[in-house]
Amino acid sequence: MSINCMKRIVQLVIVLTLAVGPLSILHAASVYKIGGIFSSTGRASFLGDPEKKTMEMMVDKINAAGGIDGHMLEAVIYDSEGDPAKAVSAVNKLIHRDGVIAIVGPSTTPTTLAIVNFVERAKIPLISCAAGIKITSPVKPWVFKTAQSDRLAVSALYEHMQAKSIKKVGIITVSNSFGESGQEQLVSLAGDYGITIVAKESFGAKDTDTTPQLTKLKGASPDAIICWGTNPGPAVVAKNLKQLKINIPLFQSHGVASAKFISLAGEAAENIVLPSGKILVMDQLPADDPQKQILKDYETMYVSKYGGAVSGFGGYAHDAMTLVAEALKASDGDRQKVRNALENIKDHVGVTGRFSFSPEDHNGLTSSAFVMVEIKNQTWNLLTD
Amino acid sequence: MKGTGSIINKGLVQNTLFVLAVILMGAMVENTYLLQIMTFIGINTLLALGLNMLMGYAGQVSLGQGAFYGIGAYATAILSGTHGVSPWLALVFAIALAVGVAWVVGRPTLRLSGYYLGMGTLGFGMIVHIFFREAGSLTGGASGFVGIPMLGIGSFMFEGGRSYFYLVWAVVFGTMLVCRRIIDSKTGRALAAIHGRENAAVALGVDAHSVKLTIFMFSAALGAMAGFFYAHFVLFISPDSFGFMASIKMVTMVVIGGMASVWGAVLGAAVITLLPEVLHGFADYEMIVFGVILMGVMIVMPQGLTQGVVDQYDRYRKKRA
Amino acid sequence: MEDLLQYLFSGITIGAVYAVVAIGLSMLYRSTELINFAHGEFAMFGALGLVTLWGQLHLPLPLAFVLSVTGVACVGMVFERFALRPVKDPNPITLVIITVGASIVFRGIAMNVWGKDPVSLPPFSDLESIEIAGAVIVPQSLYIVGAALVLAGTLHLFFRYTIQGKAMTACAVNKKAAWLTGIPSERMGLFAVLISAVSGAVAGIFIAPVTMNTYDMGTMLGLKGFCAAMIGGLGSLWGAFAGGILLGVLESLGAGLISSGSKDAIAFVLLLLILYLCPGGLFAQKQAERF
Repeated sequence: MSINCMKRIVQLVIVLTLAVGPLSILHAASVYKIGGIFSSTGRASFLGDPEKKTMEMMVDKINAAGGIDGHMLEAVIYDSEGDPAKAVSAVNKLIHRDGVIAIVGPSTTPTTLAIVNFVERAKIPLISCAAGIKITSPVKPWVFKTAQSDRLAVSALYEHMQAKSIKKVGIITVSNSFGESGQEQLVSLAGDYGITIVAKESFGAKDTDTTPQLTKLKGASPDAIICWGTNPGPAVVAKNLKQLKINIPLFQSHGVASAKFISLAGEAAENIVLPSGKILVMDQLPADDPQKQILKDYETMYVSKYGGAVSGFGGYAHDAMTLVAEALKASDGDRQKVRNALENIKDHVGVTGRFSFSPEDHNGLTSSAFVMVEIKNQTWNLLTD
Repeated sequence: MKGTGSIINKGLVQNTLFVLAVILMGAMVENTYLLQIMTFIGINTLLALGLNMLMGYAGQVSLGQGAFYGIGAYATAILSGTHGVSPWLALVFAIALAVGVAWVVGRPTLRLSGYYLGMGTLGFGMIVHIFFREAGSLTGGASGFVGIPMLGIGSFMFEGGRSYFYLVWAVVFGTMLVCRRIIDSKTGRALAAIHGRENAAVALGVDAHSVKLTIFMFSAALGAMAGFFYAHFVLFISPDSFGFMASIKMVTMVVIGGMASVWGAVLGAAVITLLPEVLHGFADYEMIVFGVILMGVMIVMPQGLTQGVVDQYDRYRKKRA
Repeated sequence: MEDLLQYLFSGITIGAVYAVVAIGLSMLYRSTELINFAHGEFAMFGALGLVTLWGQLHLPLPLAFVLSVTGVACVGMVFERFALRPVKDPNPITLVIITVGASIVFRGIAMNVWGKDPVSLPPFSDLESIEIAGAVIVPQSLYIVGAALVLAGTLHLFFRYTIQGKAMTACAVNKKAAWLTGIPSERMGLFAVLISAVSGAVAGIFIAPVTMNTYDMGTMLGLKGFCAAMIGGLGSLWGAFAGGILLGVLESLGAGLISSGSKDAIAFVLLLLILYLCPGGLFAQKQAERF
């Protein structure tokens, strides 16, 4: 009887090991698939291209360090070409065919808004790299973002202008989602800083000339002109302003915060002031700045792999990946756990800033993510008040 | 070639096969991604059908069809999203609006011909596109319109899977039947006459302008319907989906599939929707491959794929004989 | 008043760009009745060629100019030989789709060769902006206007006085009849595309310093050039020039006096009105009725 019993137990153990053993080995070896959707071609490729490269680089880096809890990461990346319909098709592929745990991207506000419903329904954490405030306000349970909201950039800029006692501004914005959102924030926050907007103009993303708009702005005699757009439009604005010999100080947005802007605008870039992430002036940061080392590491890694110069845009994907990696720890690949972990991340220092998420805030940044920089002698200068 | 009896029989067989194929595909495909791609093909087929009637049968080129697509999408988004109107009521209104706009725009524009008609419709498309972008308080502006409700009947919701696939393809099938009826009707024969030689048709008493206008309004209605289904499927719309490139894409679908052919519209929509999915692996070379395929098809089969395949088959048979 | 003058000058600056592109488009239509939707891409190749040769390799400007134009001419010849000539049934819609396909291929090639980032170039000369009654115009704009005038003038003389030009016109009017009189219509077609590619390249080169040069700059140039050629009347060289300037001035006045957000809409509304009122363009030579 007891021998029989022993036999049975042994059999059971053998069967169980045979059945579960390989499973658990499989489990240990299984990869975590992370989806990526970026505008790597098309109009917003200046955002999507560095983001895609950064994501691939970060996955390699995490895998080289042994993955997360022994799981390797695998990136599945699709190109949205900045087209909402393409982004929807990409997100469906990621959810239903590739079975990803989390998604990084897309690069622009419309493409992000287009896929929000799909990730919410499928319950997959999304970390967007787009700036629009509509993405995380109102808060959606599964949607986070790493790019600073325009509202923070506007606050930083207006604070600076207030200190310089600038009262009347004329604004010129690009007629796409970036410029439109910027214009909304510029208008809604102006009152808080005692600033009045005396003229509002816009230009097309592909316009080669903005002199009519600038002539009109000049007519309203503002103390300063704010241009809100992404390359190359703002460079045209800067050049045209010089050509028209209008001597009104020009301010730009973080949308041009990359070396490309200086090379496009050339001489006309001199003395332009703008809010930017710290990446442009990392060498001028005080040694005790917590972001300094991370910025340095990111630059070294990116430049040695791809050449060229780093921009804050790729940084959005860098931060999204480090956040995902952090949230994946001890999650066993469970998406609900990943989401909950993301929401509870506090004081996570990244390239863009210091993230502290909460159920009410899925962007997690403050206006300290911005510094004011000035272009002097064709390079970026940190402004300290 | 125009024996009435045989056409009905042939049509019956084709239709039955088509319906069976759609039902089977919907039932067998488990993957939501594939179902969604096929739903997009259905929506694009509606667009191609409308434009095909205009281009293939009436011989009028429109480079502004994206405008009607957008009008349909935005009308339902604003009515059902902002004002809480039932989407089905919004559909009626969206179609009425598109037809009305088509009437106003078509009256002067369709008097133009050739490239000037192309330019006129292109200009109209641009104006509508700019309106979507600039009327921010109404349309959500360049960032897009968020908050479009899901379609449903009673408590049943057409969520983005199988049920929506069947809904769209049922509408596509109905539309195909309507298109066939029009082609075989008096209007259809008048269309054929205009396409052949407009002056001769006019001399024979065909009111060319009003026939063209009718078809223009019909194609606008189909465009708006496609926009309606797009909006309630993706639940988000932004102006860029309805711009110049969208219009060009529709023309490409019609021409690649084959003009003056209902099946051509289905085939063209399928090819142009699937091609980018298939070519995805080429990454940065995708554009080149896509363009080369487009040019290749046009050079080898100028009549489009449906006619082209038939021609190739004929040639093959002749060789055998 | 001062502002109005500035709007006018800005309009000429913008319009000159459209005009110089429109002339090439109109020229090709005149000799082959074809609208080339890849014409903007010829201009793009011209501009990016200059970026590489003059901006990066620092070759002398005239040499860079010649090399860039030659390069684009070769692209044009390949395009004609392998994409247009083999078409069995050259009806206009088929040809239009082929040129649309070609424009996508050209953009794809340029994206892989020159990358995705825009590049800017300095103007051809270091001259200061010219000031007239408080309004400013940049010298480069005057160069573009000059280039457009020279281009239109040369082509005009070519069609008017050379045997080649007359033969090309004959081909366009009736290909078969021209062939019967001994004109090699195939070679004429090649020649026409070659000239249009050259004029596209010249347009791109002159535009390069005032715009931001990228692989996808051709779409907008082609589209606006198409509009300008339409306004002026397809096939008319001076019409294309006038149409371009008019379109630019309308846009500029629209932006300055009405609203900059809808300046393109204003331009297109006026375009539609022009089409309705004189349905063959302002300087129509004959009714354009193919398709």
